Amino acid sequence: MDTAFFLRWIAVVTERVRAERDHLTDLDRAIGDADHGVNLDRGFTAVEEALAGRSPETPADVLTTTGTTLIRKVGGASGPLYGTLFRTLGRSVGDVAEVSREALAEAFAQGLAAVMKLGSAQEGDKTMIDALAPAIPEMRTSFDAAARAALDGARATTPLLARKGRASYLGERSIGHQDPGATSMAIVIDALRAA
Amino acid sequence: MVGIVLVSHSAGLAEEAAALAVGIAGEDAPIRPAGGTEDGDLGTSLTKLEEAVAEVDQGDGVVLIMDLGSAVLTARAFVEDRADVVLADAPFVEGAVNALVTAGTGAPLDAVVAAAEEARTIGKLC
Repeated sequence: MDTAFFLRWIAVVTERVRAERDHLTDLDRAIGDADHGVNLDRGFTAVEEALAGRSPETPADVLTTTGTTLIRKVGGASGPLYGTLFRTLGRSVGDVAEVSREALAEAFAQGLAAVMKLGSAQEGDKTMIDALAPAIPEMRTSFDAAARAALDGARATTPLLARKGRASYLGERSIGHQDPGATSMAIVIDALRAA
Repeated sequence: MVGIVLVSHSAGLAEEAAALAVGIAGEDAPIRPAGGTEDGDLGTSLTKLEEAVAEVDQGDGVVLIMDLGSAVLTARAFVEDRADVVLADAPFVEGAVNALVTAGTGAPLDAVVAAAEEARTIGKLC
């Protein structure tokens, strides 16, 4: 996968986050503070502008620019979390023109570790990690399998008790709602198929 | 002097907490608020955080005291590249006061962090 692939991936994520903005915000209204869709849309719109202004020449440049812009522009907790994921992806793929699916899966594994450390979160805490973690081993097989695993992981957050993030303040009342962060993470991973 | 930055979801909360700390502890050490998004909404701005750190940085290190959620995550992401900026795991208001009192004595970075974190153990009703 070359620079153009990664630019298409981010463009598809941006488009889908925009289309799903109200849905993500509604999910966040149930167990959070009703800003997840709005925040991510603002962040990826800023990413779109940053990438257009920069004309990145490597996959790492696309990924690092995306991450740095998200940290700077989102304003909510998803900014540093997604920003750290994309920056770690950029650092991990390194200064190359082409990235294999295996190398990207390895980069995602490092990204997962960085996000877990930043958020002090584990699988099963009802966070974006519940969509991200199961997708990574599947990514070595295909993006289709990774997308299915991410979607299943996001759906499986519904019965969970939130242990991290704003939803954790709700305790038992967080049960019965799909996690907005896991839902947006499934969008991000699913977009790899369309890139 | 060690500098202190108060990182909050809310611009008003960060400003008033800094003002309260200065009112109690004096202004011997520098303290600045970094609260809210650039648009003035609830949230955290990396740009505001960077500016505040630059303002209080006198070369002896900077302590960040956060309220919750995105403030903690933004501060954590920020210090990844900055060994001279340290996070204090402390209550926001009491930690700010303790840190400013200690920083004002000319104490080193680790002592200021320890003072802020000590505020966790001080009860209000006992």
